[in-house]
Amino acid sequence: MRTFSRLGMLLSLAWLLGPAPAFAIDAADDISEPLRQLGAIDSADQPSSAAAAWKQVAEADVRQLPRVLAAIDTEHPLAANWLRSAADAMVERAIAEGQPLPLDELEQFIHETEHGPRARRLAFELLREVEPKRAESLIPAMLQDPSVELRRESVALRMSEAEQYQQSGERDSAITAYRQALDGARDEDQVKQIAESLRGLDQELDLPRHFGFIQNWQMIAPFDNTGQAGLEIAYPPESTIDLQAEYQGKDGPARWQAYSGKDDFGTIDFNKPFGALKEVAGYAWTEFNSDSEQQVELRLGCKTSWAVWVNGEKLFSHNEYHRGVKMDQYRVKAKFKPGPNEILMKVCQNEQIEDWTVEWEFQLRVCDATGTAILPVNP
Amino acid sequence: MQFKYKNLLVHISSLLLGCLLTTNAISGDWAQFRGPGGSGAATSEHCPISWSNSENLAWQADLPGRGISSPIVVAGRVLITACSGIRQDRLHVLCFDQRSGKQLWERQFWATGRTQTHQKINTAAPTPVSDGQSVYALFSTNDLFALDLDGNLLWLRGLSEEYPNANNSLGMASSPIVADGSLVVMLETDSQAVALGIDCQSGATRWELDRPRIANWSSPTLLRGSEGQAIIALQSSRGLSAHDPKTGTQLWNFDRGCDTRPTGVSSGEVAYVPSNGLVALRGNGLSATPDVLWESNRLQPSTASPLLSGDRLYVINRSILKCADTATGKVVWQLRIDGDFTSSPVAAGNHIYVFNEAGVGQVIEDEGDRGRVVGGGDLKEIFICTPAIADDAIFIRSDQHLFKIAASSE
Repeated sequence: MRTFSRLGMLLSLAWLLGPAPAFAIDAADDISEPLRQLGAIDSADQPSSAAAAWKQVAEADVRQLPRVLAAIDTEHPLAANWLRSAADAMVERAIAEGQPLPLDELEQFIHETEHGPRARRLAFELLREVEPKRAESLIPAMLQDPSVELRRESVALRMSEAEQYQQSGERDSAITAYRQALDGARDEDQVKQIAESLRGLDQELDLPRHFGFIQNWQMIAPFDNTGQAGLEIAYPPESTIDLQAEYQGKDGPARWQAYSGKDDFGTIDFNKPFGALKEVAGYAWTEFNSDSEQQVELRLGCKTSWAVWVNGEKLFSHNEYHRGVKMDQYRVKAKFKPGPNEILMKVCQNEQIEDWTVEWEFQLRVCDATGTAILPVNP
Repeated sequence: MQFKYKNLLVHISSLLLGCLLTTNAISGDWAQFRGPGGSGAATSEHCPISWSNSENLAWQADLPGRGISSPIVVAGRVLITACSGIRQDRLHVLCFDQRSGKQLWERQFWATGRTQTHQKINTAAPTPVSDGQSVYALFSTNDLFALDLDGNLLWLRGLSEEYPNANNSLGMASSPIVADGSLVVMLETDSQAVALGIDCQSGATRWELDRPRIANWSSPTLLRGSEGQAIIALQSSRGLSAHDPKTGTQLWNFDRGCDTRPTGVSSGEVAYVPSNGLVALRGNGLSATPDVLWESNRLQPSTASPLLSGDRLYVINRSILKCADTATGKVVWQLRIDGDFTSSPVAAGNHIYVFNEAGVGQVIEDEGDRGRVVGGGDLKEIFICTPAIADDAIFIRSDQHLFKIAASSE
């Protein structure tokens, strides 16, 4: 039986063949135009020349790899995938032909945080395949890196250091290291681990603030969702927010009431103020005071059908019941204006009666593209 | 009589021509989910009936991440998808040499759609498909990539951008097929549901159908018309509809609800579709509804899809494997097998191969009037995917490895 591992060994061998020769790209190897073409792709209507442009990039000298990575800076994900896969092919061919990768340029690229996070992560992975120690020496400084993947490794390293302090009885150093790790952490699993350790050291934490979960809402329910029709029915809160108003609800009056979540991960549970109801819809409304005009991400978790509005504009809705919930399950881009911004959530509950269909709740946080919390300012 | 015989010859010629026009895959290849025609039956006859880490294991190759998609085997290459990353947002398409297991190329992409799935599923769930010249790899994120067999990217689509609500939180798993130059893709959920015919050459949408807004994990299947022309069948909880793969035009519709997990099989003009058991359907060319040839509520598949091999159907319901006659739907024999099954059964010759969720493979020989377990193997890894069979070898993947099980080390 033969066993094959991945490219690591080949990459190492290629690097041993020697350093890259002086950088002199032949004019015929100019990939400016194909890079421009691929970088401009932003819809399903892709030019028929795209495959040829891709091949031209893939077949270019591997010393042009940083140029390809830099082109991945583009915002559009389709273009990024054209370019990323061309970089894969370029590297693969270079390895097969025994050409060294431009490691110095790759490391420089990693340091230049103005480049796209994913492109920098790719550069890091290539560097690590060839010179693992050189790449890993960069990790400690990445605790606040714009790349969530690079940052994650740095957080893991800091967590490991904190554990060592804790095991050796250096409590204050452990707390400091855990706090630094928490400050960098954006992933739920890492934050949970760090929080458990810090609370074990009698430290107080505000995880909703860390993530940017909105805890304070005005809520109204129950409206009718018989036959799961309620998601598409525009009940009064969708046209007017009047916190003093009373409406005809499903089985009686529906009134607004204030509700503050207490959960670390921002869960806002309709069952608590309104009871464990079925075939109902409810709304939660809040204001977010923004210090400027800004693009934000609303990140939601919800196990049932939902819809969200910002400043009266419906941004997205999703119809699905009890197929799982997860933090950051949905990501919705929104534009906030300076000052108060209204956020309205609609959450529906269906007719199922199994004990795993009780949840009628949501979590919503405001953050940037890296998952870093954006907090409201005082009015 | 002579007239009928001549008609039969024309009919067979049409069927063969239809097969050639539908795909350029080489005979013996396993170019899509459940292999040739989506039946689950290989042209191979002599696969090993026992294996282990030290017996009949030709090679194993590392995979960069998880996946429940099946490998496909095309023109001496084994192609497979995988996903990696804490968010399952790294999407991989890999190609291995069929003979040696050497990795020939790997392309990686970033997910553009939602990556949440049930823990048992992952974003590398749909099985890729090939027309013999290109491979089309769809992921649960609704990212779709077309590459030639040397790994050159031909086109890509981010279907979540175009259909932002066509996703569900358990994950998407429908595997596309190729028919008459159309890549047929089903994206069907409670929120948004479409079926697409995408031009294999250009990646442009040829046609788009609104579909029932009900979560559906079944895959499209290929049928034949009376002249051998390709027909695609789309299964859902609202029924089974047959369409022209070039235009999407509906040809007939069976409006009794069908299963949304196991996918039916077909032989020529006849579709065997999971619908409160199994129902055999044939379009008659005259009406908008097909003829029901037979139905059997004793042939209800659970998660695994049925297998069609020769004149026999095989269905796994929980831990019972049932064999039925394709002409009548009557159960010929049934056999208790070991374990729970997500992986669909496949066949080589008169041997049926099943892999349970614990990763244990069992080989059942169809001896005519009974089935008997005659072998199996355990590679000590979990197999959720359906295996591929080509050139007397079995290809199966775990989250860590791709394995080739063959009688002798090459």
